[in-house]
Amino acid sequence: MTVTDSAGLVSIPALLARNASEFGDKAAYREKEFGIWQSWTWLEAVDQVEALALGLLSLGAEKGDHVAIAGRNRPYLYWAMLAAQSIGAVPVPIYQDAVGDEIAYVLDHCNARFIVAGDQEQVDKILDIRDSLKNLQTIIYLDPRGLRKYDHSMLKQYQSLQDEGRAARRDLGDELVKRQKAQTYDDTCVMLYTSGTTGRPKGVVLSNRNVIETSKNSSQFDDLGSSEEVLAYLPMAWVGDYTFSMGQALWTGFCVNCPESAETMMTDLREIGPTYYFAPPRVFENQLTNVMIRMEDAGSLKKWMFDKAMAHAKRVGPALLSGEPVGFMDRVKYFLGDIFIYGPLKNTLGLSRVRIGYTAGEAIGPELFDFYRSIGINLKQLYGQTEATVYVTIQPDGQVRADTVGVPAPGVEVRVGDNGEIYYRSPGVFVEYYNNPESTASTKDAEGWVATGDAGFFEEDTGHLRIIDRAKDVGKMADGRLFAPKYVENKLKFYPNILEAVVFGSSRDYCTAFVNIDLNAVGNWAERNNIAYGGYQELSQHPKVLDMIQAHIEETNQSIAQDPMLSGCQVSRFLVLHKELDADDGEMTRTRKVRRRTVEDKFDDLIAGLYGGAEFVETTTEVTYEDGRKGSISAKLELRDAAIAAEQQVAAQ
Amino acid sequence: MFDQAESFVTADGRTIGAVMMEMKNITLRFGGVVAIKDISFDVREGEIRAIIGPNGAGKSSMLNVISGFYHPQEGEVWYKGARRPEMKPFEVARQGIARTFQNIALFEGMSVLDNVMTGRLNHMKSGILSQAIWYGKAEREETENRAVVERVIDFLEIQHIRKTPVSRLPYGLKKRVELARALAADPKLLLLDEPMAGMNVEEKEDMSRFILDVNDEFGTTIVLIEHDMGVVMDLSDRVVVMDYGKKIGDGPPDEVRNNQAVIDAYLGVAHD
Repeated sequence: MTVTDSAGLVSIPALLARNASEFGDKAAYREKEFGIWQSWTWLEAVDQVEALALGLLSLGAEKGDHVAIAGRNRPYLYWAMLAAQSIGAVPVPIYQDAVGDEIAYVLDHCNARFIVAGDQEQVDKILDIRDSLKNLQTIIYLDPRGLRKYDHSMLKQYQSLQDEGRAARRDLGDELVKRQKAQTYDDTCVMLYTSGTTGRPKGVVLSNRNVIETSKNSSQFDDLGSSEEVLAYLPMAWVGDYTFSMGQALWTGFCVNCPESAETMMTDLREIGPTYYFAPPRVFENQLTNVMIRMEDAGSLKKWMFDKAMAHAKRVGPALLSGEPVGFMDRVKYFLGDIFIYGPLKNTLGLSRVRIGYTAGEAIGPELFDFYRSIGINLKQLYGQTEATVYVTIQPDGQVRADTVGVPAPGVEVRVGDNGEIYYRSPGVFVEYYNNPESTASTKDAEGWVATGDAGFFEEDTGHLRIIDRAKDVGKMADGRLFAPKYVENKLKFYPNILEAVVFGSSRDYCTAFVNIDLNAVGNWAERNNIAYGGYQELSQHPKVLDMIQAHIEETNQSIAQDPMLSGCQVSRFLVLHKELDADDGEMTRTRKVRRRTVEDKFDDLIAGLYGGAEFVETTTEVTYEDGRKGSISAKLELRDAAIAAEQQVAAQ
Repeated sequence: MFDQAESFVTADGRTIGAVMMEMKNITLRFGGVVAIKDISFDVREGEIRAIIGPNGAGKSSMLNVISGFYHPQEGEVWYKGARRPEMKPFEVARQGIARTFQNIALFEGMSVLDNVMTGRLNHMKSGILSQAIWYGKAEREETENRAVVERVIDFLEIQHIRKTPVSRLPYGLKKRVELARALAADPKLLLLDEPMAGMNVEEKEDMSRFILDVNDEFGTTIVLIEHDMGVVMDLSDRVVVMDYGKKIGDGPPDEVRNNQAVIDAYLGVAHD
């Protein structure tokens, strides 16, 4: 069943009420706890949300108050967002793994009055910075464990607040109904902080119109119905999770499943078997790496079957998925492959039932993308931003390619500026950056066009958009050739052994790279080759590991040389970093995007070494542990040269 | 501070109850070797009681006396206000005393879940036949016990290894599974024999957190042996110090830390 009519449904709580009356007894939320999937119907969800909303009213919550939400994906926290919206307050989900001062900045910036925290860890972080939060009134916590003995003048347990709310229904019930009725399509629905690859996070204000219109359009685009199953495991503070687990879930009435813990996500994925699945490239990458590691350890017969079947899948799989003509024998072979390899593999990955899968957030390696498509998973790409309520462009079924991000999403206009920058205008375009009119004005013009900061172009024959790089990252090398670091990094990151790569070369004579090895993959390789190591740092500097990375880089150079426009981006020198780039150290955003400038500043001695021709560099780096303590690690890094491939045109002449 | 008053509240707001177990003049000999010499101390309800001492001081022997594995030649064990007759370890376990071991004693080939389920053994009443055919009471019992076990698994955050065979786990997690099995027995008194031996700092912090949380959430009385002084001083309410089978100190951590006999035992003094 698909819902299309939005008459009178001008707020998320209104959608909740509609779902309760239309799908009342259908499962709305599930969470695995104590080893079993606990579930709540739409009617039960309404009861939970109402009780909490009344509880917030009893605490004196006003329209427009900001209610911060911090914790892992749990139905209770989604209800907290719904409860806040029911009383006209604005939910502000924050990244649960953010450290003290990041949280302090966000909470202070939005002047949060209430915070719903998942557990003791979150409560502790907030209590540490309590003095700087003038407007903070109450911290509502979910899991009471370890919090019993805390001073409760500012704390309140979630369920006990719900009980108070239920008890106060008589007095406050009318007020709740009044607040719900008073909501308009242009009221603020949610505020999401951008991860901020540069500078401080900005609070993106999204209206009910933004969220509901976008959810409606995108649900129709992919024909999403109330029978879909999704797994909510991505950070709640991320616009993607808000759109999928709140916007679309409420619009179409599908069920949101929450994993038991972050570690059990893969098991839970297998148990739920989602039909609609969303993951950033790194999740797909991890999954593939795990499969490949296990295949390395498999028996020779299994390995042979796997290699044979995968080679066939690579040849015909994507064509079959796109509905292109495929020969009879190939179809038979693919059918057999599906029985013996692809089917069980999809089952292991937890993707057997996936009807529509999306990847976004970063460019995905073509080999990685094709791997999933070849075994019959309808993985597509979309291109989006928090400021657009996700959707800018999207790939329709049957028009899926690794190197484009699709056509403009329904209701979205896209144009490419003279400098190559991409602009868009849609019903999903954000209202403003909270308390930041300058940034709002510099991002969104008077006609509603928003600058993405990404450079790209439309392919003439297909009308698909291709993204080259962040507009400000695309540069020129010293001799004027084009420099697009992301392009090279994505190619490098496809190797299972390489977790992260940062390429430098703007205004330089040649390109250099920092590489992070993937400890899982390289560790497994080391075990098989009897290489002993004491930890990440030691393994990263092992000569054989360096040899391996060098081989990967030289292979990548070969492939870059194929593209005459970008052949200048070949990596001439590289080093393997002695530590993993980490969000706690500010080197990455919470969504795991590299902060190029920070890395450049922090490791300037290493860059100087790479361009100065040094063979070894000794360096000391400060690191921040998860609990906020600081330490430092020292290492002697080997800097290596990599062979450059001849340019294609030259070779052809 | 520790008079015979029925109960009192500690500085950090925890309530320590009346005396739960009392060891009176315990002496334990193995042939001619005297492992424990005339030791007396008590354990109060709800407290964390540490036993410390250099290697070979008789700490583990003392724990084995409490758990009923060793029977002292002299002295009396009083538990819940009554003198405890000589008991087999399983009878002691039925009285609500559970323990973990210094060298991990799990069933290596079984999954974490099955290992923790064995902790519920004393709570299963159905016969071998009905368990074998999975009928009636046996089925009901297993469901109930599984529910208890799942709470413990959730509490100790080992959901992700629920179905993993114990042999594949790293050391630190095995220790946690042992604690889970002991907790599954729903003990009144929990004996921990070096719960943090061989762990790194992070694992020790986690384990300390769990021990405090167990004490806090379930009100379980805990007796633990530990070598890491920092951990002992942070966790315990009272400490018994042993050396060469004798008690050389007993009291709150701060008091014990400044006790000259304790300092000598740890740092060593010239023996005449």
